[in-house]
Amino acid sequence: MSALLPWLDETAHMYTPLKAIVFITALVPLALGIWDGFHDALGANLVEEITFRSGRWTLRFLLITLAITPLRKCTGWSGVVRLRRMLGLYAFFYACLHFTTWLWLEQFFSWADILEDLGKRRYILVGFGTFLLLLPLALTSTHGMQKRLGGGRWKQLHQLIYLAAGTALLHFFWLTKADYRDPLIYLCVLTSLYILRLPALEPWITRLRSRLKPPTTRG
Amino acid sequence: MLIKNPEQIRASEITPEAIYLDRRRFIQRGIGTALLTAIPASLASAASRYSTTEELTRLKDITRYNNFYEFGTSKGSPGIHAGALSTHPWSITVSGACEHPGNYDLADLIKAAEVEERIYRLRCVEAWSMVIPWQGVPMGKILKRFAPTSKARYVAFRTLLRPAEMPGQRRDILPWPYREGLRMDEAMHPLTLIATGLYGKPLPNQNGAPIRLVVPWKYGFKSIKSIVSIEFTESEPPTTWNLQGPDHYGFYANVNPAVDHPRWSQKKERRIGDIFKRPTLPFNGYAKEVASLYTGMDLRKHY
Ligand code: HEM
Repeated sequence: MSALLPWLDETAHMYTPLKAIVFITALVPLALGIWDGFHDALGANLVEEITFRSGRWTLRFLLITLAITPLRKCTGWSGVVRLRRMLGLYAFFYACLHFTTWLWLEQFFSWADILEDLGKRRYILVGFGTFLLLLPLALTSTHGMQKRLGGGRWKQLHQLIYLAAGTALLHFFWLTKADYRDPLIYLCVLTSLYILRLPALEPWITRLRSRLKPPTTRG
Repeated sequence: MLIKNPEQIRASEITPEAIYLDRRRFIQRGIGTALLTAIPASLASAASRYSTTEELTRLKDITRYNNFYEFGTSKGSPGIHAGALSTHPWSITVSGACEHPGNYDLADLIKAAEVEERIYRLRCVEAWSMVIPWQGVPMGKILKRFAPTSKARYVAFRTLLRPAEMPGQRRDILPWPYREGLRMDEAMHPLTLIATGLYGKPLPNQNGAPIRLVVPWKYGFKSIKSIVSIEFTESEPPTTWNLQGPDHYGFYANVNPAVDHPRWSQKKERRIGDIFKRPTLPFNGYAKEVASLYTGMDLRKHY
């Protein structure tokens, strides 16, 4: 059963030391933010800094999540796949912080202003759309939901992450005022991650891997 | 007026922010006359009627949160990189429609005795604001010396172009050098200031040392920094952000809550140090002084 449907593999939900390490590490940006907040180190414009940091970490975790499959292909380390769900949920966690900052500290829950912003500004709309794309993925991330949806449909649904990463980048490009260096770097990373997934590249990656040192089989 | 010229102020004379604030409190309460003698004379200026009594933004925030793309596009970059800029010697080229064009040394332009303090609100186009105690000279006083002719309908300014010391200029994020301009009546308005200091000290480099414009009723990007050229022109001069994004940034750029920036609303602003926003006032709260400059103009069109 688990060989056919690896995402139903009970062991995928088991505790491992690696998972614990990643779990704690992924909280470091939040901890640093809180620390900086208490030490007057978030700069003059606190709300803007929180928005920027949380937005960037959302994007980074999306990219890290999307890097799991290429990483497995390139290293042959299949255990890394077990980190994927947690990393994806962290992307959603930082997206929630980012979105809440906007709703609360930026708009003060003024629904008229919120609707106006959504209607008038494409980068806000695309950011919001990205959040809406991530929402069903987070909601169906539990073991129970995986089972209920069934492997095929669940997998199909979770392919939305490819779209979400794209719209997240569009959001970043559209909010940038003049200096496109940073969004371009993220674009390069995302494009490379997509290219590494191309089936056409698979034989090439396998050949490359066998020429380098033998794959680790940890995890 | 006892505020000294930047060059004449020694480090030992520089007043800590805390004393500066105390001094202001004394003055505001009108009870500090006797105590003022104990405070460095360079700061004992009378409050201008144009000054606001709102709470000052912290010096730390004024000097660490800057839009000065010549030193990088993030807010922290100018505070980090601007130290490398050398501002001595500094001269300013005056040209165009005036009777006394030429190359003027900074010390000849700004007479120490004329320097006064103005506490102004500064509203950035990015919907944040500060309250800054500037030291400077009303620009009208300075411009008059060059005897602009009847052809002078606008004044154009340019920032220093020195990529070796201004790393942001090595990349073409903006068409360098930075340019700004004012209509003649705006430039001559008593609120318009040429600033050489803030918080009683010479301007920090990241705030536009050694000499910058301060036009408090316009978005911050109009208040051009580190000026090396003043030119009197007959037609409206090109301005940097207007060249960069004509539908985002107009020539006038008067603070106007009724005209949104395409990327954000201008109805509210965040005063630096606050969490929540406050309403933005027309002309940044200086409507009484300047609204008459624009009678008959459609400010939605001339944003
Ligand atoms: C869920 C996916 C999202 C991602 C990956 C994301 C990512 C980002 C990134 C990378 C930045 C730029 C940070 C910087 O410049 O340092 C940013 C800024 C911003 N985002 Fe998002 N964002 C997302 C969703 C949203 C949503 C739902 C909203 C609000 C509806 C939003 C509103 C904003 C705002 C207002 C800014 C600041 C823009 C500025 O001041 O220039 N974002 N976001």
